[in-house]
Amino acid sequence: MTTTPALFRRLGRYYAVYAVGFVCLVIFLAVAEQLGLSPRWIGQIFLFSTIAIYAAIGVMSRTSDVSEYYVAGRRVPALFNGMATAADWMSAASFIGLAGTLYYTGFVGLAFVTGWTGGYVLVALLLAPFLRKFGQFTIPDFLGARYEGHFARVVGVFAGVLASFVYVVAQIYGVGLITSRFIGIEFEIGVFVGLAGILVCSFLGGMRAVTWTQVAQYLILIIAYLVPVAILSYKVTGVPVPQAVYGEVLRDLGVKELELFSEPRENEVRLQYRYRAEEYARKIADLPESLAAERTGQVERVTELRTQGAAAREIAAAERTLRDLPRTPDDARIKWERARQDSLARSVHPPPHAEAHPGADQAAKDSARNNFIALTFVLMVGTAALPHILMRYYTTPSVREARRSVFWSLFFIFLLYVTAPAYAVFAKWEVYSNLIGTDIGSLPGWVASWGKGGLVKIEDINGDGILQLAELTINSDAILLIIPEIAGLPYVVSGLVAAGGLAAALSTADGLLLTISHALSHDLYYKMVNPQASTQRRLVITKSQLLVVAVVAAWVASLRPDSILFMVGLAFSIAASAFFPALVLGIFWKRANKWGAVAGMLAGLGITLYYIVRTHPFFGGSMGDAWFDINPISCGVFGVPVGFIVIAVVSLLTPPPPLEVQALVDFVRMPDQGRNAFEAENRL
Amino acid sequence: MSDIRARQRAYWRATLRLTSVLLLAWAAASFLPGWFAEDLNTFSFYGWPLGFYMAAQGALIIFLVIVWIYDRWMTRLERRYGLHDKD
Repeated sequence: MTTTPALFRRLGRYYAVYAVGFVCLVIFLAVAEQLGLSPRWIGQIFLFSTIAIYAAIGVMSRTSDVSEYYVAGRRVPALFNGMATAADWMSAASFIGLAGTLYYTGFVGLAFVTGWTGGYVLVALLLAPFLRKFGQFTIPDFLGARYEGHFARVVGVFAGVLASFVYVVAQIYGVGLITSRFIGIEFEIGVFVGLAGILVCSFLGGMRAVTWTQVAQYLILIIAYLVPVAILSYKVTGVPVPQAVYGEVLRDLGVKELELFSEPRENEVRLQYRYRAEEYARKIADLPESLAAERTGQVERVTELRTQGAAAREIAAAERTLRDLPRTPDDARIKWERARQDSLARSVHPPPHAEAHPGADQAAKDSARNNFIALTFVLMVGTAALPHILMRYYTTPSVREARRSVFWSLFFIFLLYVTAPAYAVFAKWEVYSNLIGTDIGSLPGWVASWGKGGLVKIEDINGDGILQLAELTINSDAILLIIPEIAGLPYVVSGLVAAGGLAAALSTADGLLLTISHALSHDLYYKMVNPQASTQRRLVITKSQLLVVAVVAAWVASLRPDSILFMVGLAFSIAASAFFPALVLGIFWKRANKWGAVAGMLAGLGITLYYIVRTHPFFGGSMGDAWFDINPISCGVFGVPVGFIVIAVVSLLTPPPPLEVQALVDFVRMPDQGRNAFEAENRL
Repeated sequence: MSDIRARQRAYWRATLRLTSVLLLAWAAASFLPGWFAEDLNTFSFYGWPLGFYMAAQGALIIFLVIVWIYDRWMTRLERRYGLHDKD
């Protein structure tokens, strides 16, 4: 059960060979591209060869041993568990979305950078070593043992499955996006190709296969993230260490921003967008007459074009506009309101990149600051409560290795998060200095090729034939994928980035699917429905659950729910308010009992969900009802303290937990000290 | 037996002390730069406005150091109270 140095060395050798092999593949493809290999082939070779590697690792690590399947035999060395956790943690949202978010929001987006790393301090100090000492299979296992009985376990299963499922749908969606863009297949088919990639890893080998695949995926994703921005940094500053030198570029960018914001043509474009917003406001006010007028106007235009014998393309475009008109006044209200908001957003300059807590007046600035702090808090606590991350610390050989492995996790995550703001600054610099102000007729090729999918939009609203900042829209999720092309790098770099994004999405999806299927099969079936189930039967149940959950998640993803980012934010708040107080008090406060825990978990979760419904337009709420102006994404900021208070109050009002439970708490607080009665009793 | 109990209790108290100090450092690194970002941004640090730097890099480095110190210190505590694994 202990890590032998021999195992560590062998793993090190394997992964070193593998990393070198991957770099050789990239170099080979770069050379092949110069010799005329088409981009389509490069994309396909990248995606299929990496999926083949993951599949091979998955098949080699197949297992039918319960401990191997659930916790990789508890012998994953700290360093490798750190890499696996990092891959588990960094999802499509981190890899693809973060740089884009930072590009648009500047300082405000840094809440994600600080939040998603700072949570690991809480994992290290408050949870990981103790959960490892407890040493079972899932997070509900701990809740069930510490808070005696099935009630706490069921609440844990429910919240864990809810948070993980929402999250896994987002990952599969990301996989579909990447495969459809880079190998040119339908989005829905891409989703199921991705699903196959996920299942080959997790189905046969469970946690063991997922762990070793995640290490491989981490190596690919970090290479893919660092290489393009290093090249870009070299191009702009002459130093290939973007993290160290982007401060200078940020300063230059600040100067450039001031220049752009005071440019007369830029301001003219902003003004035109304001007029357009007012126009939409008027049309919304005049509903339903305005919609009818719009429709007759468009019908007239189509007939006019037809009678004039205009070009077929022009007629088709006019017909499409007519078809796309909202059908009912209610549809029109929603659609035009969105268009009005969009035009309104374009009518003002974006805040300068480095400006802290931007706002028009002091009240707006204060609200921005409160939201920044609240979001940082929720992301940190959510990180320290997501079951698929906490579960990883069950796989190390000892408490000490678990502790060390949090350090390695944070280190490997740090590499990406410290680079993301640099990515955004370099991308903005490239766009502001080389793209804005050029002739719209002679824009580079990527504008047209990404424009087809609607991810890049250009509208020459003032008709001067020159691109103004306000006239350019790049989809925030596409920024990272486009950067290599913006910088004029060879296509092989784009292929590499796509392979990295795929690795990030697949690795997170693997970890989440395992969490869900373990919760359903281990916690619900084995612990509650049929404790006599044989080992073999348990594994069969787990594997079939995995299959079912994966297919359902892929199906939901293929419906393209458009509020995916919001749902990921929701997953953090759910996990934070349901788990964090119960887990931490379970370790640090012996007096916490089952009534307190169950009431606290339900109260925290309840407040969080209530606040979402109250404030988010998706559920018909409005920000007018917000408390302290806190955005719905940070709803956990209310749920977490409520959870703590309710656990404390209810526990004190009810009898203290029995002696066995107090002994369990004493047990998890102590470091490794050989085997003892509790472990023996639980056959661990 | 009572000796080991006493050592365990002392070990836990030391753990709690260390944990609270490091949590305080964590909270300061997480929330103070964000709260005072506007004032910090008036200073410049190798080109970065200081408030921006703290949220983008400074806090992250502090987090790494906190986790590293925790691991080191806990291993020392285990030794000091004779609770480490001997194998």
